[in-house]
Amino acid sequence: MNASSTRFVLAARVLHWLMAAMILSMLFIGVGMVASVSERHEWLIGIHKPLGIAILVLAVVRLIVRLRNPPPPLPVDLPPVQKLAALASHWLLYALMLVIPLVGWAMLSAGGYPVMLSSSLRLPPIFPVSPVAFAVLRHAHAWLAMLLFLTFLAHLGAALYHGLIRRDGVLPSMVGGRSK
Amino acid sequence: MQASPPLSGSSIVLRFALIAAILLITVLALGYVGGWLAPQRLTAQRMVNQLQANAGVFPGFRRNHAKGVCVAGYFDSNGQAQPYSAAQVFAPGRTPVVGRFAIPGGNPYAPDSSVPIRSMALRFTQANGLQWRTGMNSMPVFPVSTPQAFFEQLQAQQPDPATGKPNPAKVAAFFAAHPETASFLAWIKAAKPSSSFATEGYWSLNAFVFVDASGARHAVRWRMVPEANADTSTAQGADYLDADLTQRLAQSPQRWHLMVTLANPGDPTDDATKAWPSDRRDIDAGTLVLTSTEPQESGACRDINYDPLVLPNGIAASDDPLLPARSAAYATSYLRRTSEEAHLPGTAVAHTQPEIK
Repeated sequence: MNASSTRFVLAARVLHWLMAAMILSMLFIGVGMVASVSERHEWLIGIHKPLGIAILVLAVVRLIVRLRNPPPPLPVDLPPVQKLAALASHWLLYALMLVIPLVGWAMLSAGGYPVMLSSSLRLPPIFPVSPVAFAVLRHAHAWLAMLLFLTFLAHLGAALYHGLIRRDGVLPSMVGGRSK
Repeated sequence: MQASPPLSGSSIVLRFALIAAILLITVLALGYVGGWLAPQRLTAQRMVNQLQANAGVFPGFRRNHAKGVCVAGYFDSNGQAQPYSAAQVFAPGRTPVVGRFAIPGGNPYAPDSSVPIRSMALRFTQANGLQWRTGMNSMPVFPVSTPQAFFEQLQAQQPDPATGKPNPAKVAAFFAAHPETASFLAWIKAAKPSSSFATEGYWSLNAFVFVDASGARHAVRWRMVPEANADTSTAQGADYLDADLTQRLAQSPQRWHLMVTLANPGDPTDDATKAWPSDRRDIDAGTLVLTSTEPQESGACRDINYDPLVLPNGIAASDDPLLPARSAAYATSYLRRTSEEAHLPGTAVAHTQPEIK
């Protein structure tokens, strides 16, 4: 009851920072590979697919950790609109980190591509082959990723606002360096 | 929570500015990596835009090799390539194939005689679910060795709005500036548009790497060698290739031998303009048997992107820089034509503006 009231549990903090690095890398890999015709195109795609599946798996684990360990409460003096924004953006982040990899997997399935995580490891298709579905899912994959990037920017901006301007307990609750 | 001394007004402004700067740098970094802030970078989108500028936009069709026909059949492996590649397709046995014959260019209504080049694309579906996709051309070498040079070639060949034809001076200037095109130019000078897809040989052009069961790597190129004899008859009309293929397949399946050429150490694997010396070892890996054909509008090949980097375990990309560019450009073409099939808003009329060099 002591630490958990002001800080996220260790598992939540480890997952947060690990996935922060993975997801931010993923966003840059995604836009970079699509815009490249060099050998980068190939090795970035080679990273993109297994990394996406790793994010999907970790997102499920993280959702379980979150549901079992309620996060520390937000500061009592936080305006209600900011509390709502925090709640909504966190659940939007959870939704996107689950949905975007699934859309990517479904998109490759719909395009008739073998979903390869390595030169020999193939995932089964999760969507019937359909060019129309491919096009819709491929665009959705990109637009949802852009939404994730914007939500990430809001999240980063809010974290810095809490850490630098309000200087309340929100940032330490996830950084975890400061013992209480 | 420990109490912090209140911030001064100027300190708050500075801290907000710092937060804004961090967010802005993040946005700019993504914009740069994604190419939006680096318009001079050659991207797949620009390559496909240039193909569209040269040929026009034909919604639903491939942006290159737009005119074609679907075929189906199988590959009978004899096992002779198995010591060099662990791919299941090279184990003795049969692998189903869905393929496509086509002619280069972005116009799906171009006359068959408009170019002396034909292409064969194949998708082998292994029993283990892995696939091998390959797109081959009926010429032994490619004109250029880099994506940038290919883009410049397309720019040089863009029709002049005044004449509707490429400007000969620009085309000549391009080839003069690219001596690596000499082998291709020598080939095309003697080439005649064939009256049949079935009598043509098709080359992989790019080098690949076979990986054997022990993990050892072998640089290779491959080609499909037809059993049908070269046809010297001259065909009539604009659309004779489909009819010829239908007629031949009605009589009997059409066969090719998959010949795999093993490189010697030092043979270039990153330069599709250079043929390897003719004394390199060839392996007859088996027989491609095509048994049926369908129109591309309704056939099984329509929705397949013959991306040459969809490869099974046992075949890998070489260091040829054209391969990732082909893969990227084919993906862009595939997204555009499937988006048009899906009637997504903003498709079919987009990207018709030619680039100004």
